[in-house]
Amino acid sequence: MSEHTRVLIIGSGPAGLTAAIYAARAQLHPIVIEGEPSSTTDQPGGQLMLTTEIENFPGFPEAITGPELMANMRAQAERFGADLRVTKVQRLDASQRPFRAWLSDDDEPSISADAVILATGAQSLMMGVPGEERLLSHGLSTCATCDGFFFRGHDIAVIGGGDSAIEEATFLTRFATSVTIVHRRDTLRASKIMQERAFANEKIHFAWNTHVVEVLGDDKVSGLTVRDTHSGEERLLDVTGVFVAIGHVPNTTLVVGQTQLEDNGYVRTGPGSYTNIEGLFAAGDVQDHVYRQAITSAGSGCVAAIDAERWLEAQGH
Amino acid sequence: MTTPITILTDATFDEVVGSSDKPILVDFWAEWCGPCKMIAPILEDFAREQSDKFTIGKLDVDVNVATATKFSVMSIPTLLLFKDGEVIARLVGAKPKGALLQEITANL
Repeated sequence: MSEHTRVLIIGSGPAGLTAAIYAARAQLHPIVIEGEPSSTTDQPGGQLMLTTEIENFPGFPEAITGPELMANMRAQAERFGADLRVTKVQRLDASQRPFRAWLSDDDEPSISADAVILATGAQSLMMGVPGEERLLSHGLSTCATCDGFFFRGHDIAVIGGGDSAIEEATFLTRFATSVTIVHRRDTLRASKIMQERAFANEKIHFAWNTHVVEVLGDDKVSGLTVRDTHSGEERLLDVTGVFVAIGHVPNTTLVVGQTQLEDNGYVRTGPGSYTNIEGLFAAGDVQDHVYRQAITSAGSGCVAAIDAERWLEAQGH
Repeated sequence: MTTPITILTDATFDEVVGSSDKPILVDFWAEWCGPCKMIAPILEDFAREQSDKFTIGKLDVDVNVATATKFSVMSIPTLLLFKDGEVIARLVGAKPKGALLQEITANL
């Protein structure tokens, strides 16, 4: 027999946990499926688990680390009675209500829910070039805070031009002798303050209009073959470490083919957190390809909890 | 009840791992590593539940650089499984409990 809940929250980043805090305080006794440990950005606590200092989350004037902020949010949700579980939803059936969720490969669904808040976030994109997969964890990494330490005295490259790339590059200068930011364009997408910090850092160099063709090395990274996007000329970049920070894809596997997605693959929402399926709400990075901040994600989690609460009330649940 | 997890250092590593009568799974970790924190409770479970098959050791790479370098650890968490002092399996990255146990037992 499966258990029943009024609100099932899938995901435990800022969106999922903020939704959990609000739903729990509204006495909806939400079940939160947090995800499972992994070294990608698809894990309990979400992408912030792989960051260092967060300086722009209001209320923390002295900054707070990502893992600490998430531990606080989790404790806050738990305090109001949210039922948090470290496991993964394998399958979601949103074609009928109550919705049904499977936590294992059993035929029988594990949980039925009147409303579902999808807050599964996004995860890091890989480059998809030769050598990348083979050298992952052998000098190629997607987590500067996890692996930066091992590159003390190395010359390394960071691939990407957004906030996370620049943040990682700046962080990595603590260890590395030099950090070359390899970016396809001639301007950065990162915020002004991050850019200024990077430009002022003597250890950071830029390879503009450049993309990676191949990651070189037998059992560890020995260099990168890069190509100039204008001239097409290829050259060797002499680095022994590579950090990939080229962007994210939304984690929509559970709802693909069930709910409407935007052309770029993100879950379509609006008004508020409503999807096109009654009772299914979406919050955070799984539906936001524009702002993608901890605070906007938390805000949208709050919106989803309030939307779900009002919808449940209107349904007479 | 004895302490189920052995804290290893550069100074004690060879002796403890070399003289272990059961296979020993060593967790290379650091305080600042989020994924390391996620698998820490799983390793505590293993120390209790799997003690007849293998034991657990932890090595803080921040202060034990020599051992981490010796085993070419470049990414954490890294779990190395030792039998008679030799590495018999290398697991890199945080994974769910079931997946970790499966990979460990497949190598025992």
